[in-house]
Amino acid sequence: MPKRDDLRHVLVIGSGPIVIGQACEFDYSGTQACRVLREEGLRVSLVNSNPATIMTDPEFADATYIEPLTPDYVEQVIAAERPDALLATLGGQTALNIAVALHESGALKRYGVELIGADIEAIRSGEDRQRFKDIVAQVGAETPRSAVCRSIAAVLSTVDDLGYPVVVRPSFTMGGAGSGIAHDEGRLRRMAGVGLAASPTAEVLIEESVLGWKEYELELMRDRNDNVVVVCSIENIDAMGVHTGDSLTVAPAMTLTDREYQRIRDVGIAVLRAVGVDTGGCNIQFAVHPDTGRLVVIEMNPRVSRSSALASKATGFPIAKIAARLAIGYTLDEIRNDITGVTPASFEPALDYVVVKAPRFAFEKFPGADPELTTTMKSVGEAMAIGRNFTEALQKVLRSLETAATGFWTLPDPEDATVESTVDSLRSPHEGRVYDVERALRLGATVEDVAAASGWDPWFVDQIGSLVELRAELVDAPSLATGLLRRAKRAGCSDRQIAALRPEFAGEDGVRSLRWRLGVRPVFKTVDTCAAEFAATTPYHYSTYDEETEVAARDRPAVLILGSGPNRIGQGIEFDYSCVHAALALREAGVKTVMVNCNPETVSTDYDTSDRLYFEPLTFEDVLEVVEAERVAGEVLGVICQLGGQTPLGLAQRLKDAGVPVLGTQPEAIHLAEERGAFGRLLAEAGLPAPRHGTATSYADAVAIAATVGYPVLVRPSYVLGGRGMEIVYDDAALEAYIVKATEVSPEHPVLVDRFLEDAIEIDVDALYDGAELYLGGVMEHIEEAGIHSGDSACALPPITLGMGEIERIRQSTERIAAVVGVRGLLNVQYALKDDVLYVLEANPRASRTVPFVSKATAVPLAKAAARIALGTSVAELRAEGVLPVSGDGGDLPWDAPIAVKEAVMPFHRFRTIDGDGVDTVLGPEMKSTGEVMGIDAVFGTAFAKSQTAAYGSLPTSGTVFVSLANRDKRSAIFPVKRLADLGFDVLATAGTAQVLRRNGVNARVVGKYSDGPDNCVERILAGDIAMVINTPFGNAGPRLDGYEIRTAAVTVGIPCITTIQGAAAAVQGIEAQLAGRVGVRPLQDLHAALRAYRGGAR
Amino acid sequence: MIAPAVLVLEDGRTFHGDSYGAVGEVVGEAVFTTGMTGYQETLTDPSYHRQVVVMTAPHVGNTGVNDEDGESDRIWVAGYVVREPARRASSWRSQRGLESELTAQGVVGISGLDTRALTRHLRERGAMRVGVSAVDTDTHSVLTRVLAAAPMSGAELARDVSTATPYVVPAQGERRYVVAALDLGIKAMTPRRMAERGIEVHVLPATTSGEDVLALGADGVFFSNGPGDPSASDYAVDTMRTVLDAGVPVFGICFGNQILGRALGLATYKLGYGHHGVNQPVQDRRTGKVAVTAHNHGFAVDAPLAGPFATPYGTVEVSHVSLNDGVVEGLRCRDVPAFSVQYHPEAAAGPHDADYLFDSFCALMAG
Repeated sequence: MPKRDDLRHVLVIGSGPIVIGQACEFDYSGTQACRVLREEGLRVSLVNSNPATIMTDPEFADATYIEPLTPDYVEQVIAAERPDALLATLGGQTALNIAVALHESGALKRYGVELIGADIEAIRSGEDRQRFKDIVAQVGAETPRSAVCRSIAAVLSTVDDLGYPVVVRPSFTMGGAGSGIAHDEGRLRRMAGVGLAASPTAEVLIEESVLGWKEYELELMRDRNDNVVVVCSIENIDAMGVHTGDSLTVAPAMTLTDREYQRIRDVGIAVLRAVGVDTGGCNIQFAVHPDTGRLVVIEMNPRVSRSSALASKATGFPIAKIAARLAIGYTLDEIRNDITGVTPASFEPALDYVVVKAPRFAFEKFPGADPELTTTMKSVGEAMAIGRNFTEALQKVLRSLETAATGFWTLPDPEDATVESTVDSLRSPHEGRVYDVERALRLGATVEDVAAASGWDPWFVDQIGSLVELRAELVDAPSLATGLLRRAKRAGCSDRQIAALRPEFAGEDGVRSLRWRLGVRPVFKTVDTCAAEFAATTPYHYSTYDEETEVAARDRPAVLILGSGPNRIGQGIEFDYSCVHAALALREAGVKTVMVNCNPETVSTDYDTSDRLYFEPLTFEDVLEVVEAERVAGEVLGVICQLGGQTPLGLAQRLKDAGVPVLGTQPEAIHLAEERGAFGRLLAEAGLPAPRHGTATSYADAVAIAATVGYPVLVRPSYVLGGRGMEIVYDDAALEAYIVKATEVSPEHPVLVDRFLEDAIEIDVDALYDGAELYLGGVMEHIEEAGIHSGDSACALPPITLGMGEIERIRQSTERIAAVVGVRGLLNVQYALKDDVLYVLEANPRASRTVPFVSKATAVPLAKAAARIALGTSVAELRAEGVLPVSGDGGDLPWDAPIAVKEAVMPFHRFRTIDGDGVDTVLGPEMKSTGEVMGIDAVFGTAFAKSQTAAYGSLPTSGTVFVSLANRDKRSAIFPVKRLADLGFDVLATAGTAQVLRRNGVNARVVGKYSDGPDNCVERILAGDIAMVINTPFGNAGPRLDGYEIRTAAVTVGIPCITTIQGAAAAVQGIEAQLAGRVGVRPLQDLHAALRAYRGGAR
Repeated sequence: MIAPAVLVLEDGRTFHGDSYGAVGEVVGEAVFTTGMTGYQETLTDPSYHRQVVVMTAPHVGNTGVNDEDGESDRIWVAGYVVREPARRASSWRSQRGLESELTAQGVVGISGLDTRALTRHLRERGAMRVGVSAVDTDTHSVLTRVLAAAPMSGAELARDVSTATPYVVPAQGERRYVVAALDLGIKAMTPRRMAERGIEVHVLPATTSGEDVLALGADGVFFSNGPGDPSASDYAVDTMRTVLDAGVPVFGICFGNQILGRALGLATYKLGYGHHGVNQPVQDRRTGKVAVTAHNHGFAVDAPLAGPFATPYGTVEVSHVSLNDGVVEGLRCRDVPAFSVQYHPEAAAGPHDADYLFDSFCALMAG
């Protein structure tokens, strides 16, 4: 069955901002889909609100709409584009929900748009839990006993039948939002209440607990000729009860016989057929009782998922790409397997290696959040590793995570650890439990004890036991002989781990010297989908300690691009975006590109992105071995470290010291910019003002500096990304509390103390510098004042209140910094403008989080240009080539240039404290957002409204606004609140705020504070009486309980909660824009064409 | 301390590893299988007689060995090559560990070597003779014995593995048909799949004559899988012809497919490195549908793919074809009631996609 000839134009929906449970895996799948559909000659339109994605690059679709992902906006896009079909199965739950809404509203029918991939019935059958259970029963399989409940009363009577514990799952939510395990009635009532609210259909499923059962997943694909293949089996090492996104998982399944595996396969295929997924990918989860083998089906997703991205990377079988081809009519046997080039896609990959995936958490960002892992996903990213055995893959993935521990034995054991306490700690799932498993075994626990306490299969526990035995040998051996060293490397131990056990080597460099001398070196094998049955044409490699390497010789010189590792708060998709751009740009420039990364969700780890892909941990040892292997293959020009964020930057100096050329900005320049003392002197010499500051190595030091510069001060450890450990403190006591904490955060680096500029405008700049010429990429004005982390702050480009004179000062200042630091490539500078003084807050000579946003807002590919500059091309040459505009830059955009607003998306609703309450949502200098959206339109108000709609749902256009302000904000709030009242909003305020408002002619009604007792503001919010909250907290320290309750209540009911006056003013503009009429949509290609026409000549 | 072992291929390439299973020496034909599950079924599959099996999946033995999953009552593989043997078994059905089973049955193995390099070598150079030894690690002397061994081409092995005496596998539920099954190396799952469909299966020794088979008066005759070179088993071809002449419905699997092919006058040939795995796409040429199937064959039938062709038994067509390499995977006779496939619809190990072929056999017997 060849391609359908009735489809000429397909609309693809992306998944929006990165949030917990929905990350860049959908950029990977969406990008693949767009590529494939265009290769097939179809017109592709795309909607996605996330500017940091590759898929929203204008060259990936014919019409790219960076617009909010709501049914209303998508319908506008459909009206403008009139596509034949909608492909919604590659954009996660967000896209699927929009497709359902557009079907239900009749929009799809009205515009004659066919839903391809999965039809509405299949989506409903997959996600409506009762329907799904009926389907599973029909095919002769089981699901856990359960009932769908629509009220708390129904929930309670169901539990009378099933007994505790029970699982609570709301329908139609992603990443398990709102789900969990309840052991008692209190917990059950709370969870079911939240679940009923979280579910768009107000349903929750109450289910028999299969806690502790073995958990498996299958990734399946079906074509329209009813051919089905299983792409991959995945076994969760963490038993049922931990969300699969938070579990350590392994592929292929390790502890199933063929009979059991085939039973799972048969059931999976039967369910897939019965649900009626026409074409494309789907994921099914199973639980198996460890003692009886009883098999139950847990759930299925009739779409591409996080697990499909993992399965694609784990097997080399590109699920999304093939799903897109199947959606337009091809069958599996008509699609070629890219990797072999000769065999068809209608087969099941065979692996001759083991893949382990591990989650990356960010609990340190959310103090108070309950760290126990449950069926609600809490991790913010993941890493994957490949090895020729389980322990190798496991140990590689542990060091890929870039956590404090970089593998077993690299941190000292807790002093009070005993066998009993360690085994006991295994009973509740938590981050890093694998380290406790190892320690329990080492302290003498048996495999059986550990398996029983953790719920892990004894096979996995025993594998870790083999490492405990190996450790003893490594410790006891009189000297490290070749045989033992080789065994340690085959088991996946890093040089650093071995060094931790053998102090005589004085660190990993000593181990590496010995290892190289003894010739114990890794080889690189290929991920080929077929266990070497056929020759592979795609160089997708991983390291292992075996005999034969498969790295082919090259004719042309190569550049290594180091990726950014697992997503975490502060280092996410934006950096992957820049790495991918570097690969594309250098490939075009005729250089062989070699990508090194370990994040399975990303576009950078798609084997199509670079000429070669090494799926490896981003540690010094692993990267150096890749460099050495590539040097054997041909000339290596060097390594690009400046695009992947802190991870590769942290390796730059050591790589250079090891004789590996670092391309672009040199590590010494990076160090210069990040070492505050040196940078401060440099600014002073250049005559650039900076907030007064000092560097403290002790508490006494810090107090003395604070006294000199004056409170409030911003304190932080050096070398940070995403504001790790930053805080604004207002007095000595808070400073002392911080120092105690900070010295634990980063022992080898001192603490920086800066004067904090209150009420300043914060400005973010991205620029390129080649040693002679500066290209100012873009100037972004933050909407929140300085003090909110730039990653969490909304910003506008072009800047909305800065004049040409200020921009010129910014340009000159940035150029001076670039010159004195020695930038060759990208530079990000943060400024604060206060009382007409432009202060330099910090400069980072690397790609920043805002590079993709700036590139999309100004139609200039900054990361591509940076990669070229790193290889020696000048700004002038790039202008001549058309990569950069012929003249002018991002600082002199035309008067009528569209305004782009970036807004951050927060994960607060995903976290609960140990008591089940929400975590505080207040923003500060520590970055907390997981992702971002962009709103773009002709004027600021509309652009801001779009950004809010995209991030949090629409701003209200009527109803009641609740206002509670810190004293210092009351004066500046009068105007925006009065405007809201004039627009017809009712205003409710706490007593002090109401008094000020009334005196200024706003008829505000008074409502009690939370601490005032019944019928207070929090109750009114929770009751749904409030449409929007404006609440500015007092200071950034001290008890702010009222504010905390207000903000968490707003998050619970999902209404906008604005915590700054500047944000409130912007929201008013947005509301006005919405009230003024329908906000339109416009493709990025049009906006870019207008910008290019203005500049003349640029590509 | 684990004893060292060597693996020596007939072209001189050698690998060093650790002794696994029985300590000894064995010579056979090296083949690799890409199945990630089902090592117990693989080991006990009589078709692997005289072969040294290289597992491309690194971890083997994780679920131990039980009394239910064997495809015969003993291990047939001559030697076993594994990268990562399990240290312990974990399965609610496991009864003992794999290595102790290998040792108890005297199966010589080697572990810890670069199985992927070995697989790539076999892929490029083809299946070849190999020696595995833990008693003599002098690779030259092992090579001498490898070169002295008989090659697989021309080897008649079905008689070695066949049952000595007939036995009956009763139908489950109501008996609908009686089938005579010629045991050329039959796997236990095959009669079970038939029994599930109400077939009483009379399993007969490989050398049973056509006349004796017909004398049973069965509704259909089944020709099983088995080891060796089909061109060396003319006795089975004779039996096939007798049955075809009588017009009794015939179904063949694997070796049985090759025997049908030879009976129809087609040639058989040795594949480079064979098909051994459970992920092989086979297309049913009539429906266009693809089944993911279990394969274990080093030989194949040479038949025209272009369309139906004439044979002494009338018109025949290639019914199934491998999508990986275009190898003939099934034959259907239009004028006599006979069909066969080169792969394993009984699976074990492997997917159950091709299960429907047993129903087709029932339909053929129903007339």
